[in-house]
Amino acid sequence: MFKKLLSLCLAALMLVSLVACGTPEDDEATLSASPLPEVELNADFEVADDFKIGFILLHDELSTYDLNFMNAVDTVKEVLNLSDDQVIMKKNIPESNKCYEAAKELVDLGCDIVFANSFGHEDFMIKAAQEFTNVQFCHATGTKAHTAGLANFHNAFASIYEGRYLAGIAAGMKLNEMIEAGEFTAEEAKIGYVGAFTYAEVMSGYTSFYLGAKSVCPTVTMEVQFTGSWYDENEEKSAAQALINRDCKLISQHADSMGAPSACEDAGVPDVSYNGATIESCPNTFIVSSRIDWAPYYMYIIECVTKGEEIAVDWCGGLKEGSVVLTGINEKVAAEGTYDAIVDAVAKIKSGEIKVFDTDTFTVGNKKLETYLADVDTDAAFEKDTEAIHDGYFDESSERSAPYFDVQIDGITLLNSKF
Amino acid sequence: MSNEIKKTHEPLFHVAKRDSLSPLKGLLIRVIAIVVAILLCSILTFFLIGTKNPFSLISTLVDGSFGSELRIWRFAKDLAVMLCISLAVTPAFRMKFWNIGAEGQVLIGTLASISCAFYIGDAVPNGVLLVIMFFASVVAGAVWGLIPAVFKALWNTNETLFTLMMNYVATYLVAFALIKWTPDGSSTLGIVEHGHLPEIFHPYLLLIVIVGALTLGIYIYLYHSKQGYEISVVGESQKTACYIGINVKKVVIRTMVVSGAICGVMGFLYASALDHTITTATVGGLGFTAIMVSWLAKFNPFIMIATSALIVFLNQGSSQMSTAFNISSAFPNVIVGIILFFIIGCEFFINYRIKFRKSKGDAEK
Repeated sequence: MFKKLLSLCLAALMLVSLVACGTPEDDEATLSASPLPEVELNADFEVADDFKIGFILLHDELSTYDLNFMNAVDTVKEVLNLSDDQVIMKKNIPESNKCYEAAKELVDLGCDIVFANSFGHEDFMIKAAQEFTNVQFCHATGTKAHTAGLANFHNAFASIYEGRYLAGIAAGMKLNEMIEAGEFTAEEAKIGYVGAFTYAEVMSGYTSFYLGAKSVCPTVTMEVQFTGSWYDENEEKSAAQALINRDCKLISQHADSMGAPSACEDAGVPDVSYNGATIESCPNTFIVSSRIDWAPYYMYIIECVTKGEEIAVDWCGGLKEGSVVLTGINEKVAAEGTYDAIVDAVAKIKSGEIKVFDTDTFTVGNKKLETYLADVDTDAAFEKDTEAIHDGYFDESSERSAPYFDVQIDGITLLNSKF
Repeated sequence: MSNEIKKTHEPLFHVAKRDSLSPLKGLLIRVIAIVVAILLCSILTFFLIGTKNPFSLISTLVDGSFGSELRIWRFAKDLAVMLCISLAVTPAFRMKFWNIGAEGQVLIGTLASISCAFYIGDAVPNGVLLVIMFFASVVAGAVWGLIPAVFKALWNTNETLFTLMMNYVATYLVAFALIKWTPDGSSTLGIVEHGHLPEIFHPYLLLIVIVGALTLGIYIYLYHSKQGYEISVVGESQKTACYIGINVKKVVIRTMVVSGAICGVMGFLYASALDHTITTATVGGLGFTAIMVSWLAKFNPFIMIATSALIVFLNQGSSQMSTAFNISSAFPNVIVGIILFFIIGCEFFINYRIKFRKSKGDAEK
């Protein structure tokens, strides 16, 4: 017995010493202030005591995607002083009839607004909206509100492509710094991108990121590897490793796990992550990260319902509304002057001086893109129906809130495709 | 050191197999297990989550299934779905053919139905379409059961692994179909407009009635038909079955076709009465839960109503907990795990008894 106890103590001691040895000695990575911080939300309206809002979430807080929605709920709850009874969250609701059931139950519990967060929830939300015409149904990432013709069904998204463009500037400047330091030539500057699906939302994202990088580093090219899943840590990690092995000098991602950032940290390759800072586990490679902040949209719909106003059929929050935010910049990794460059670009996007998808900045098949029909109205045949280019730029998210930029531009190579 | 000869050491207690236990006593042990489990969980919840009173867990669990008219209907519907899949795996289990492929058999049934609705929904009237969908689903499910059964009968392959792998084949076929049907790359089909079962009084009523009839049918098939008897004999002993002239191969294949076909019926119901769409997660693991439901019910269709109800009750209760206490869904899963542990664990006390060492006083007497 005594021997057992002794060996246990020894083991514990060794464990403690191991942890003690593991503390980092190198200089600390620190986040600067964000060049595009969250906006201050202030409520100039009173929410009635019997007001209720219900949320339908695909997963729970274990998924960064859903956590982002849940954090925004907490923010709004605090700003508006809502009680626990006024905010009801239904987690782990799959994209099936269960979504309709959950919506129905939320209505039954007295919700004035029902919000769902996953693309596949849409048809079931529409079904519920048709049945309960006095309740507002708001759906993030969906595409059908503008053709559904229902007064109480709405889509929402954010111009996250602008956020990715800004993050791309940070990436381009980092590449420039590495070129100047003689690590590789300007022609070798190549970004690797881990995407979930070969789908407009992702394509719009990586293209805007690439154009942001290209705006400061004109010779940059990009390779994209798709994983076929929104959350698959192993796949994302091996995709990032494959890209690094193909001589990509910097990695970014549009998928929800820590796979790509941790592969970058292992290999010492700089990384622009998504949906929040990864500086804690990747202090030596994290540069900056963009994400959608849903709190402004929640505020908007609650205000509309409180004041008896109509909610927009399609709502695409931008930089002004505070729907797109950036984390602080990791000063240890980012190139000098990154903060100022991004702040400058934010002002220019806000004023309209910079258009992310300006057709002068990219080519398709070595030609300038003069006209492009995008598939904006969802139909069974997936017909391309709407001219998206006018005044010299691709007008993303103006015809409906969800992205529809799905052009394959020069300089970006897709290594595979996953639907 | 003492020079006494060491006597054989009799342990404090030992375990012995029970000969038989009256059904009433068995039921009592199970009820005690559930009560103890819920009490333990209540205490855990009270201390870990800090609920208002120790009974919040019980009231929340009940609220999740019976808190409103809507929830009672949903409970009845989920019960019917759970029961249907459990019934489907039962005939095979009774002959000790461990079919864990219900997930895939249901999914392929749904895929068959949705394919019909997708391709010929426009061309034929709804009534005809429903009939076509029904047969397509039943045939697809039956084929998914037939393949592993044939391999088992002819080459004695391992049915558990085979049926498990058939699940993946079904899942990837669905993924493939979704890619083909949604060229925008979203892999989200949405509600298919054709082939909806009519609503009678309530959207779920028809589904519940169908499953009710199926329960009765399966009971009669298993307990009061020649084929049902053959299944029991094969399950008891294949050698006995051979000796009395039962063609074991034929029974294995036939029973798996029946199992698969019932899964197909559920697939049809998913497509026509519930989801009207398909994803790779349409069945959502119920094909595996059904194994436990069927086993807990000792493969008896009527007891299965109770065990299905229990599982559905726990599932809905756990999601209600997550909402009501505003906590992550991990904790409710722990609670459900504890309760299931007690329920399955009590089977041990039903099959075995614990004999304690007689105290010294008793021995000397």
